[in-house]
Amino acid sequence: MPRFGMVIDTRKCVGCMDCVVACQTENDVPRGYCRDWITTEVRGDFPHITMEIRSERCNHCDNPSCVSCCPTGASHVEDYGKVVLVTANKCIGCKACIAACPYDARFIHPDGYADKCTFCYHRTKDGKDPACVAVCPTHCMHFGDLDDPKSKVSELLRTRKHRTLLPEAGTGPRIFYLT
Amino acid sequence: MRELTTTRHNPMIDPQLAIWSWEIPVYLFLGGLVAGMMILAGMAMLRIARGDDSRSFFSLQTPLLAFVLINLGMGALFLDLTHKLYVWRVYLTFEPASPMSWGSWVLIVVYGVLLASALIRLPEAWPWLGRRMPVLQTLSDALLARPMLVKALAWANIVLGVALGIYTGILLNTMVARPLWNSAILGPLFLFSGLSAGAAMVHLANVVRFDRPAPDGMIGGAIAALCQPLGREPPARNTVDGLIRADVAFLAIELVLIGLLLANLYTSSASHAVAAALIVSGPYAWAFWGGIVGLGVLVPLALQGLELGQRIPHTVVPALLVLAGGFTLRWVMVNAGQASHVVQATGM
Repeated sequence: MPRFGMVIDTRKCVGCMDCVVACQTENDVPRGYCRDWITTEVRGDFPHITMEIRSERCNHCDNPSCVSCCPTGASHVEDYGKVVLVTANKCIGCKACIAACPYDARFIHPDGYADKCTFCYHRTKDGKDPACVAVCPTHCMHFGDLDDPKSKVSELLRTRKHRTLLPEAGTGPRIFYLT
Repeated sequence: MRELTTTRHNPMIDPQLAIWSWEIPVYLFLGGLVAGMMILAGMAMLRIARGDDSRSFFSLQTPLLAFVLINLGMGALFLDLTHKLYVWRVYLTFEPASPMSWGSWVLIVVYGVLLASALIRLPEAWPWLGRRMPVLQTLSDALLARPMLVKALAWANIVLGVALGIYTGILLNTMVARPLWNSAILGPLFLFSGLSAGAAMVHLANVVRFDRPAPDGMIGGAIAALCQPLGREPPARNTVDGLIRADVAFLAIELVLIGLLLANLYTSSASHAVAAALIVSGPYAWAFWGGIVGLGVLVPLALQGLELGQRIPHTVVPALLVLAGGFTLRWVMVNAGQASHVVQATGM
C-alpha cells in the first residue's frame, strides 16, 4: 500500500495561485472557501531579509489529531495512500477536528460537514497527480509514494534539504518543503 | 521580524479560529453543573440507603432538576452542530480514541440514571403526576424497599458524575493544536468547578419556598418538584451548613487547580506560555482574574467562610457568584483556547 505525500520546492514557487484555482475548479470548492492557499513568510530586518512562498493545505498527517478526536469515524485514514478523508454523511459538524488541526486546514462546508483537501483522491487513487500538482507552472510541486524509495518524492527528500510545518505538534505531516 | 501573509480566508477559521460560540461554553457549564449535582445526589442517596434520611432533601429533587438542566445543555450542544440531521451517527459507533464519543455514550447512561434516581421521590414531590400514574408510586416504593438498589443507583450517580465532569476537560486537553487546553489539569479543574456549581445550584433550589405541602396543580407542582424540599419543615440548618462547607472545600481545591494549570502552562513550551499569557495578562485577563478568580472563587469563599462563622446571615449571593464564575471559566477557556495556537519554533 502506498503512503502518499507531497514535496514542494519553496525555491521555485512564485505564489501564482494556480494551485488554488485548480483545486477550486477540480473539487467544486464553494465560493469564499479554499482547500489550499499561499503563505508568504518574510523574516529578518532590512537589508537582511529572506522570503519564502509556500503552497499549503491539509498535511495528511501520519498521526492525524483530526481523526482521533472524531466521534463518528467520519474523519478517517483511507487504506490506499493513507490519505485523511471525511465521509460527509457521517459528519455531525461538531467541529472537533477543526479545533484539533494545528494547520487550520479544515473548514465547515456551507452544507454543514467538515471539508478539506483530499489530495484529489478521486484522481490520485487512479495514479494521476492532484489538480494542484498537475497545473503548477513552475513544477515546484511533486506528489507520490513516500514509502517507495524509487519515487520522485523519496528521491527529492534524500537529496535536498527539507522541513515540514509545525513538526513540534507531533502529528507527522506528510507535506515536505524543500528549502 | 517575522511577517506571515496568507491567501486563506475560510469563514470561522480566519483571521482567528471562531468555530465555537456561546453554545459550547453553555453546554460545558451545564454538563459540569449536572455532574456536580449527580455526585452530591449520589452521596446523599448513600445515606438514604443506610437508613439516614436527614440529609435526603437534596437527593430527592436534585436528579430531576439535573435532568432538566442536562436537557438544556444538550439543546445548546445540538444547536452548535452544523450537520444536525446526522447527529444520530454518534450512536452508531464507539470511537475509543475520541473523548467526544465517550462523552456521548456517558450522556445516554446519565439520562437513564437521572430518570431512575428522580423516580425515587417523584410521585411524592409532584402529586399531580403521582395521582395520574400510580405505577410511579409502585416503582418508587419498590426502589425504596430495596436499599441495595438505592445504593447501586447512588454509586452510578457518583461514577457517572465524575465521568461527565471530567470528560469535557479531557476533550479539550487532547487538542494538540490549542496549547491553552494542553494540560491534564483541565479535567479535574472542570470537575471541581462543576462540584462547586452543583452545590451552589442545590443551595439555590432549596431557597425557593412554596406552600407546604407541595402544590397540587400540574405546573405549580412540577416547579415545586424541581426545587422544593420535601416534608413540612425547611431543611435543617446543619444540612445547609454542610452544603456550604462542601462548597468551600470545592472552591479551595478549584483555586489550587487554577494555580497548577498556570504553573503547568508557564513551565511548558513557548506555545503554552504564550497561550497562558492570553488569560493572565492578555485580552481575557479581566474575565479570568475578575470573573473566575475574584468573583467566582475568592469572594464566595470569603462570604461562605463568614456565613459559617455566623458573622453574616446566609444569602444566595455566594451561590449566584459561584454559578456565574463556573460559566465564566468555560467561556474563557473555550474562547481563549481557540485564540491560542502552536508557536512556530523552526526557521526557514
